[in-house]
Amino acid sequence: MPGDFATEILGQSATKSSVAALRSELGLDKHPIPRYFEWLANVFQGDFGSSFSGRSKVQGDQGDRSRQVVELIIPRLKNTLFLTGVSALVAIPLALLLGISAALFRNSYYDRSATGFSLVTVSSPEFFTGYIFILLLATLFPVFPTIANVNEDTSILQRFYLTALPVFTLTLVTMGHMMRMTRSAIINILSSEYIEMAKLSGATRYEVVVNHALPNAWAPIAQVITINLAYMLIGSVVVEFVFNYQGIGRLMVGSVYNRDIPVVQACALIFASTYVILNLLADLIGIISNPRLLYPK
Amino acid sequence: MTSNKKELLLEMKNIHINGFSDERWHKILKGVDLKLHRGEILGLIGESGAGKSTMGKAAMGYTQPGCKIIKGEVLFNGTDLVTLSENEKRQIWGTKISYVAQSAAASFNPAHKLMEQTISAANRAKINSTDLLKKDAIELYESLQLPDPVNIGRRYPHQVSGGQLQRIMTAMAMSPRPELIIFDEPTTALDVTTQVEVLSAMRSIVEKFNTAAIYITHDLAVVAQMADRIKVLRYGEEVEEAETKEMLSNPKKEYTKSLWSVRSIIKPEETNDNYMLSINNIDAAYGSSKVLHGVSINIPKGKTVAIVGESGSGKSTTARVITGLLPQTKGEIVFDKKILAPKLEQRSKEELRRIQIIFQMPDTAMNPRQTVDEIIGRPIEFYHGIKGKAREKKVIELLKMIELDETFLDRLPSELSGGQKQRICIARALAANPDLIICDEVTSALDQIVQEGILKLLQKLQKDLGVTYIFITHDIATVKAISDEIVVMYQGKVVEQGLKSKILNPPHPDYTELLLSSVPEMDPDWLTNLLNKRSI
Repeated sequence: MPGDFATEILGQSATKSSVAALRSELGLDKHPIPRYFEWLANVFQGDFGSSFSGRSKVQGDQGDRSRQVVELIIPRLKNTLFLTGVSALVAIPLALLLGISAALFRNSYYDRSATGFSLVTVSSPEFFTGYIFILLLATLFPVFPTIANVNEDTSILQRFYLTALPVFTLTLVTMGHMMRMTRSAIINILSSEYIEMAKLSGATRYEVVVNHALPNAWAPIAQVITINLAYMLIGSVVVEFVFNYQGIGRLMVGSVYNRDIPVVQACALIFASTYVILNLLADLIGIISNPRLLYPK
Repeated sequence: MTSNKKELLLEMKNIHINGFSDERWHKILKGVDLKLHRGEILGLIGESGAGKSTMGKAAMGYTQPGCKIIKGEVLFNGTDLVTLSENEKRQIWGTKISYVAQSAAASFNPAHKLMEQTISAANRAKINSTDLLKKDAIELYESLQLPDPVNIGRRYPHQVSGGQLQRIMTAMAMSPRPELIIFDEPTTALDVTTQVEVLSAMRSIVEKFNTAAIYITHDLAVVAQMADRIKVLRYGEEVEEAETKEMLSNPKKEYTKSLWSVRSIIKPEETNDNYMLSINNIDAAYGSSKVLHGVSINIPKGKTVAIVGESGSGKSTTARVITGLLPQTKGEIVFDKKILAPKLEQRSKEELRRIQIIFQMPDTAMNPRQTVDEIIGRPIEFYHGIKGKAREKKVIELLKMIELDETFLDRLPSELSGGQKQRICIARALAANPDLIICDEVTSALDQIVQEGILKLLQKLQKDLGVTYIFITHDIATVKAISDEIVVMYQGKVVEQGLKSKILNPPHPDYTELLLSSVPEMDPDWLTNLLNKRSI
């Protein structure tokens, strides 16, 4: 992206000297590498800096109305976590249930339609799915609102109602992947010898899948669930934009537009650490669910 | 014997089973009959593909996915299992009929503790309270001579050895006190020394509860120890059936006689002091765990030296050190009077050419996407620089040497039988025109009869080409057939090396004695006598 906050905010008619003055005020004239380490050192002390926007836009304006990045991000992050959390609570149990039952009734019509449908949902981008939902459930049959506009005063029930469509969208785009992975992880294990052994000792089909296959499938399932959790959080950038939801994704897009670098950096940091933490969690689940790794020989 | 022994427990009539593979249906069993009385043990033997495992599973009314019973009855206590619903069969499986599988390591669920799995079938059928079942399982562990019977059930499958797992699976099969147990090659994956323990444990427990059993194996000597009667299967049909003693002393059919034909290859032993290869006081380690401790072996030129020992004894590691795949940490390798560099990368192309290796599993040793021509042609081109027509001529020559012909040139490994694949691997080794070939368990994955063919071929090639072999195996019968000298290894050390006649005849060091005495013999009383002798 060309330009920086100073050129963007002062516009094309700005004089060179005013741009330079704003730049030096924001520290944009310093070399990027020391700037990066300065930022990093501050982050380790919990200081994400302050947002560029809200500063005295015009020379001579009274006072500095800029806000701390943390202050800006926290309420937005709460909104996004709410959206992601609700979507996860819907999508994960549903995906597990569908995946396990598809494995249980492998090659049945149920299995085929479930896997076929999930392929369609996985392949559709979330903005498309989102607009389809708006068309169906907000325009043709106006059950839910098009815009998920929440603020601090919105009650919890109201929040559920307002975020219904974004939740549906996030659920649909992530559920297919999780469901297919659950199904294939279980089916993979169903061809093992100990599954045949379990059948020959009289285990029912349900027992075979739930008691014998599932405990050995947790590692790949946890992996795909956490990746999708991270995807939900980050995928919310698009979904929040479609539904105009005041989450961190929208904040980030807006900040990029303004070249409000401190906010963008903080958002990127949140997204990146989400991936790292969730992947770590998946590995831990993989270890805990596998006696071979948990107990030494 | 006892009167109840004559009471019919299982009768399989005219069993036909088809299996679906390679896009079409194959006949696996073509009308086999079987009768089993209470408390009786029937041995089912035959080479792989004979249909013996399918027959064993069919005795439970079960077929593997992709197979189906198309004709025949399986009368168990008078009920035809074939006509029962899945649910009704499930009532019988694991309670009236139990199954003991070949690979215990793969047949236990890695996620559950052993005790839980041992009593699961009996628990499901609510035969007794969980506490009583656990107590009973501990008693079973004890009578199967498992170490620490009280606590072993608290372990996970990966925490106990293969031989112990196989015994725990027997306990698991016995826990609901079934009327019939199907043993499907239960000792095939075990070392001979472990096999003896498992066999005796299984036999005594089956006798103790007077359980009827079907014992499936390809090893006639093993089945001789277990079975009252033996049935021989081939290509899905019965060859013959007789009482064990009768079958061993007086087999009627040629095929039955050929089943132990490997034991009929005899090779006069010879040796010399002109060593092709000497390894002197070698140490080797995988990471921090040391696996070879001061190993010294001499390989005379143009002869066959067999390295024997159980799994984990360091046989294959020795081969890896010789080929340079695993550099030794101490000691030296002298090849044709010159010291070989420890690392593969430091050796010259010529040195690499002169030592070739043939692996145990031909399936994984060949690129499945290459044709026979490419597989054999590559070393010819690589080592000798021969290309084009001349290369093809050389490949055909090699194919003739391994008793195949040019029609094989365009085939892929998947279009070959197990024995043919191993022959191609031999041809690939020969293509380099080596002085020394290391054969790492080359016949272990093959059937008795195919084994014989491969061993004869190797002998012929040695006579014609003067090539030296290192023959790594755990099978004493093979060793007897092919070797000049024998090296016995145990826990990464050489126990002894010497001429075949010296090693195989007493006096032996303790370990050699244990190893040799554990090799099952074609004598139904062998196990009993051995156990008596050892308990003294």
